[in-house]
Amino acid sequence: MSTTYYLLLSALLFSIGAVGVLVRRNAIVVFMCVELMLNAVNLSLVTFARINGALDGQVMAFFVMVVAAAEVVVGLAIIMSIFRTRRTASIDDANLLKY
Amino acid sequence: MSELPEVGVATGTASLAWLLFVLPALGAAVLLLAGRRANRWGHWLGVATVAAAFVVGLLIFFDTLALPPELRTRELSLFRWFGVGSLQVDFGLRLDPLSLTFVLLITGVGALIHLYSVGYMSHDPGRRRFFGQLNLFITAMLLLVLGNNFVMLYLGWEGVGLASYLLIGFYQDRPSAATAAKKAFLMNRVGDVGLAIAIFLIWANLGTLQYTEVFARVGELSGGVLLAITLMLLLGACGKSGQFPLQAWLPDAMEGPTPVSALIHAATMVTAGVYLIGRAHFLYDASVTGRLVVAVIGTITLLIGAIIGCAYDDIKKVLAYSTVSQIGYMFLAVGLGPAGYALGIFHLLTHGFFKAGLFLGAGSVMHAMNDDVDMRRFGGLARFMPITFATFGLGYLALIGFPFLSGYFSKDAIIEAAFAQDGWQGWVFGGAATLAAGLTAFYMTRLVLMTFFGERRWEKLTSADGHDYHPHESPATMTLPMIVLALGSVGAGAVLSAIGLSGWLAPSLGELTETGVAEDVGAIPHAVVPWLVVAFSALGVLIAWLTVGRHRVPVEKPAHVSLPVRAARRDLYANAINEALIARPGIWLTRALVYFDNRGVDGLVNGTAAALGGSSGRMRRLQTGFVRSYALSMLGGSVLVIGALLAVVYA
Repeated sequence: MSTTYYLLLSALLFSIGAVGVLVRRNAIVVFMCVELMLNAVNLSLVTFARINGALDGQVMAFFVMVVAAAEVVVGLAIIMSIFRTRRTASIDDANLLKY
Repeated sequence: MSELPEVGVATGTASLAWLLFVLPALGAAVLLLAGRRANRWGHWLGVATVAAAFVVGLLIFFDTLALPPELRTRELSLFRWFGVGSLQVDFGLRLDPLSLTFVLLITGVGALIHLYSVGYMSHDPGRRRFFGQLNLFITAMLLLVLGNNFVMLYLGWEGVGLASYLLIGFYQDRPSAATAAKKAFLMNRVGDVGLAIAIFLIWANLGTLQYTEVFARVGELSGGVLLAITLMLLLGACGKSGQFPLQAWLPDAMEGPTPVSALIHAATMVTAGVYLIGRAHFLYDASVTGRLVVAVIGTITLLIGAIIGCAYDDIKKVLAYSTVSQIGYMFLAVGLGPAGYALGIFHLLTHGFFKAGLFLGAGSVMHAMNDDVDMRRFGGLARFMPITFATFGLGYLALIGFPFLSGYFSKDAIIEAAFAQDGWQGWVFGGAATLAAGLTAFYMTRLVLMTFFGERRWEKLTSADGHDYHPHESPATMTLPMIVLALGSVGAGAVLSAIGLSGWLAPSLGELTETGVAEDVGAIPHAVVPWLVVAFSALGVLIAWLTVGRHRVPVEKPAHVSLPVRAARRDLYANAINEALIARPGIWLTRALVYFDNRGVDGLVNGTAAALGGSSGRMRRLQTGFVRSYALSMLGGSVLVIGALLAVVYA
């Protein structure tokens, strides 16, 4: 099985994630789309590690996972507190930090 | 070319020369710093310091007189004033016949005028300040004539300028006095710049400013530089002495108290220009063109002064223009070169006596007439103020060159020397000087007739503040100096020419060469000139008698007068010309520069700031606060970067 398909899948997932980040308003969904993009990148990292026959890419993928896990903790906490104060999880309502 | 005198070191009495200027300086310091405590005795301190300086001057004078002529030039180095690199300036004094002559004139006439001021200023609340500034002036003037280098000269030069400014503006509450002081200061400044440039040129070309060294090395200067130096020195002299084209400040300076007019604007400060040219005569000896310019300036000025003097009704302004004219004579004399330096100084001395006397007389008249200066309101005062009339009359006769009074000796000598020049110069200089002598006789006779003779016009009038006039003779402190100066007006000319002033001055100014005596090269034979001058003067007196003395003098000045009189009343348009040529273009230039500064320079700076501020104000609208729009711009940026990378890799 050609590695190209993995890369195509990775690109597809990344695009879905990116579009999701751009078009959805619910913070939880945006958050999940970000995760999707991260994992699409993980997939391509692992694929390239396979192609090159080295472990570098896989190590990097672990790092990404660790960072993603930490990010989930912080991100969900932020979303929770926003929801508690504003009774909504729409990211367009949280637009106070501007000019 | 006259020979350089040998310079000795001042010893004995002459080593006390520093007292000359330190005494009045102390007086000035005490008077100006002591405050109200000195009000009761301060003026006597002022008189005493100047009188003491006069005594010191006399002692040094007699000490010098005892020496043979070739040893009479001495210097006294007090301390090193400052040294910067190769510029070393001594605070040194030069004691030679020229400076000692000036010292005696300044301190002698100065002491008399101080004495007069005690009476004249007795009712003035600012009398202490007045005497302090008068002492300051004497100090500066003595530094000017005593210095042995050009920097000392400049120090004194600026000092007298400052003192003159303070004293012209003495009546601080009068706007006209403030304006006159400012005008005098500004026009002096024009001249001072010339003097400064001349000093710079000397320094740049010779590397020294000591008189001794500069005069010894005149030969090293190239013709152009020498001419530039002489012309710039002349500009300085014109500013200080009220010569054309900088003459307009001197008449306005009459806003100051009358003793100031007598001391500064007749007897001493305005003669500084003549001193400067006499002192720097080694430079002028070497430059024929420079000398010619001096003579031309003098000739123009003596005519201007005499013409305008005929039209004014203000007694002090007539005397002021007379001063302008007489200093023109001195400039003409020193412009004639070795034939005239000593004559210029001679006229300066006699003029110092009679003009100071005339001004003090005018002050005495004003004192009697509620400080009025308009001669049309005077008349018939001779009976009320006999001493003033007698002293003023003697000064008047001396000024118009009545035979065997001072003016006759000094002025006629100048006119003779002028006629003795070759070619057109003899005719022009001599002719103008003779004509001006006639005009002098006219305006002075007019002044005396309007003031002391004729109808008592003041009887029917009241002064501006509503009081009647009660003319009276002045107190003794005022009449005594007038009497002394009148004696000087009568005798100074005869005495000075009898004892040989030119011989005494020879170590400083070179031998007086009398051209044209033996060979009759000049325009007019030598023997004819005195007759001619006396005839012109007599004609002037006669015309004045016919036009002023025989008619009633109207109190209001006639409005419809001929063109020359109108021109003369407006100072021959000197102020208008200054305004049109200098003041107005200056103001326009200023306005243009202010406009350029506001719109151009400030516009550029402020415009940049405004452009940046405005664009940032618009740019910050991009910060919408919507996370998704940031995400979009991040995505767009990333796509662009990746696109660019791909383009580079595959191109």
